[in-house]
Amino acid sequence: MTQVALRVNGMDRTAEVDAGTLLVELLREQLGLTGTHVGCDTSQCGACAVLVDGRSVKSCTAFALDVEGASVTTIEGLSTNGQLHPMQAAFKEHHGLQCGFCTPGMVLSAVDLASRMKNPSEADVRKWLDGNLCRCTGYHNIVRAVQAGVREMGG
Amino acid sequence: MTDTGIGAAVRRKEDARFLTGRGRYTDDVTRPGQLYAHFVRSPLAHAKIQKLDTKAAEKAPGVVAVLTGKQLAADGMGGLPCGWLIHSRDGSPMKEPAHPALVADEVRYVGDAVAVVIADKRVHAKAAAQLVEVDYEELPAAASIEAALAKGAPQVHADAPGNLCFDWEIGDEAATKAAFTKAAHVARLDLVNQRLVPNAIEPRASVAEYDPASDMTTLWLTSQNPHVARLLMGAFVMGLPEHKLRVIAPDVGGAFGSKIFLYAEEVVVTWAARKLARPVKWTAERSESFQTDAHGRDHITHAELALAEDGTFLGLRVDTKANLGAYLSTFGSSIPTYLYATLLAGCYTTPAIYANVKAIFTHTTPVDAVRGAGRPEAAFLLERLVDIAAREMGIDRVEIRRKNFITKFPYQTPVALEYDAGDYPAALDKALELADWEGFGARRAEAKKRGKLRGIGLSTFVEACGIAPSAVAGALGARAGLFESGQIRVHPTGSVTVYTGSHSHGQGHETTFSQLVSEFLGVGIDQVDVVHGDTGQVAFGMGTYGSRSIAVGGSALYMAMQKIVEKGKKIAAHLMEASPADVEFDKGTFRVKGTDKTKALAEVSLAAYVPHNYPTDLEPGLDETAFYDPKNFTFPAGAHVVEVEVDPETGVVELVSVACADDVGTVINPMIVDGQMHGGLAHGIGQALLEHARYDDSGQLLTGSYMSYTMPRASDLPSFKLGRSITACTHNPLGVKGVGEVGSIGVPPAVINAVVDALSELGVTHVDMPATPERVWRHIQQAQA
Repeated sequence: MTQVALRVNGMDRTAEVDAGTLLVELLREQLGLTGTHVGCDTSQCGACAVLVDGRSVKSCTAFALDVEGASVTTIEGLSTNGQLHPMQAAFKEHHGLQCGFCTPGMVLSAVDLASRMKNPSEADVRKWLDGNLCRCTGYHNIVRAVQAGVREMGG
Repeated sequence: MTDTGIGAAVRRKEDARFLTGRGRYTDDVTRPGQLYAHFVRSPLAHAKIQKLDTKAAEKAPGVVAVLTGKQLAADGMGGLPCGWLIHSRDGSPMKEPAHPALVADEVRYVGDAVAVVIADKRVHAKAAAQLVEVDYEELPAAASIEAALAKGAPQVHADAPGNLCFDWEIGDEAATKAAFTKAAHVARLDLVNQRLVPNAIEPRASVAEYDPASDMTTLWLTSQNPHVARLLMGAFVMGLPEHKLRVIAPDVGGAFGSKIFLYAEEVVVTWAARKLARPVKWTAERSESFQTDAHGRDHITHAELALAEDGTFLGLRVDTKANLGAYLSTFGSSIPTYLYATLLAGCYTTPAIYANVKAIFTHTTPVDAVRGAGRPEAAFLLERLVDIAAREMGIDRVEIRRKNFITKFPYQTPVALEYDAGDYPAALDKALELADWEGFGARRAEAKKRGKLRGIGLSTFVEACGIAPSAVAGALGARAGLFESGQIRVHPTGSVTVYTGSHSHGQGHETTFSQLVSEFLGVGIDQVDVVHGDTGQVAFGMGTYGSRSIAVGGSALYMAMQKIVEKGKKIAAHLMEASPADVEFDKGTFRVKGTDKTKALAEVSLAAYVPHNYPTDLEPGLDETAFYDPKNFTFPAGAHVVEVEVDPETGVVELVSVACADDVGTVINPMIVDGQMHGGLAHGIGQALLEHARYDDSGQLLTGSYMSYTMPRASDLPSFKLGRSITACTHNPLGVKGVGEVGSIGVPPAVINAVVDALSELGVTHVDMPATPERVWRHIQQAQA
């Protein structure tokens, strides 16, 4: 076991992990942050996406030891003072979620997009979301939510 | 309409937790002292187990127990039951071979579980499972319908000779034959409706806990119908009475049919937790989901449509072979029969229909309901055949449909159903307008200049939802009722808790059902909570599938609210010193008719719980339950128009436009209804263009991960144009019909009709699903050869 120290949702955390412990296992099983979900075993679905130093990362593909010293934001850490983050609010307003399982990864991936593109077109959003699977929404409302969320974030 | 009642696009109540990571899915449940299960699964499609040695695994780090099929049988655990008995046309009952939760002797598909390792950590259970030594004697497999029906085919079950589960029929064979003898034209079609993997993004999971002191077992489960799971597991498998087994289906991350059924893992986890007196959790890895979630579709069909000279449909004859997989899943037998062939009339007045369905066992994953479940297979067959007939006879595709539409209701079809209401021409007109059908010629010409083949296709369809009148279902072989329960608890100060047997796994019931309360009791939706998915809290429930929640569950809530109002009138009359007959109720207020004397619901509810001044012949409390058994199925219908562009160089099909006009009955929340449409359309487009679960001849699943099974991604889909063309259901109190499966039923034939239209100038007359670039390219090459 090795100790890993990182910042999670603005708080310094340490944990004892194996070399093979995945970031998602650290978050879900050791830190109790079950908002990050596991939907596959081939890094295809994106339900486990979190922000590592502001960039979306599939937490099933990163080892816990890889994020030593990094700042990780999970879906639990996105809202502040009980107020939904603009991207969360946009998903609610535009009905960009149904069962909610892919939602944390979708929202965090979209937050990353907002830092890269000011006014993404529908095609831009669809291309960006290629790493996130949703079986419920047909993506139609997710695309609208992401576009609105990016605008709200100041694009 | 109140601003939060019927028709309001209220934003969803459940989103607050889902958007902040506070949803609670089964894998999020962790119990003190919890152990983890990992299943040892057959790597072969068909083999005899010669030896199963667990000794090495038992000694591995963290392992608490390794359990096998022999122990399961020794403990008296039964096999997994099938919930629907089908009779063959000779009157004999279907073959129901044993379906053990852990196999002891002969494995029948890749993924069949033979043992389970229970350990302190997930990784320990998984590592130790590698140490379970199983000696298999590999046997030849029948991995497809064709292989299972071949002479000398390997037998999946000794008690199902020829791999035949049943040979079923519906309709009038003689009348249909007579119709064909007088036909001016017969259109024929051979098609494959390919196998699909349901792929809810949340993998199946279960956590079982046993409390020896109270003899109580609690099971958290990814289920669409926890009461049904409790009933099947309690009554048929484990011999547990209902009051000692609590099943909780918490937040469920999508289901699409796949979480209706009772699965082996759920039984084994519950059995292990009781045996070890420790909580046990199992969560599927995605590869296990691919192997063990019940698959969908998988039909081979020959169909013929007899037409008169003027295009009038005279008769329809259908011969289908349906793959059931290795075992009968919970509702596997009902899907290719009563949920399929009863829909073969579609929107049309075809007077004579006959269908024969042979259900076949193969060495593959069991097949059961996936979004649409039988109805997509019927709609695809019919709408392809109508297009083929129109093309062969030189009749316009739109006009041949119009000519044969049912326009008088109620309408008794020749295949058991009685449609109560609909307006098929209106939906068609609306869809054609949304799609600019008239302007297609110019778009095709423009595309041709760019070297693209442009096509347009449509489908008009009916589905049977709101499953189902219990007596009808029972007469057809269902081994359960299909009513729903609803309870309305008005609290002393007027807020409301709703208890429903329906289950939400994405549909937004907490919002929609709150809107019903808002509409009918005049209570703000923030004053309403909806409880579902817990046998410990909800009286009973048949759950959510077949687009039944609003039609059956919503109707039950309406009936319960009527009881609340009736009782409330008695209390209000007493308080206002009037006769109950003179009291009316509207928007949360009881009023003595024609006066300004009123009592608010909250005043009445307070009196009900503090009954100091109260009718002497009335029980205190304001808490009412209703069980609603539907009088008929509901019949959502619609018209879908799809436009595509095919690149003749690559075979790539680009979806240019998807336009839909649907009749889903009364719309409670238009935002949620549109969302259900979008999701169904994506599922249907996935089947039409992308998805295909394939096995090789030895029964290995070739498409066992998201790397090889093509799920629709955002970039595969366009935005959708939605329109509505509503008629109200006549037999339920809300006029609702259901919307969850519309897209997956209606759109696949529209997509393929568009692809065939695009390729028609090359002489292509049919393309099977999925219309992948490779398949389309081959059609183009063959046509040009």
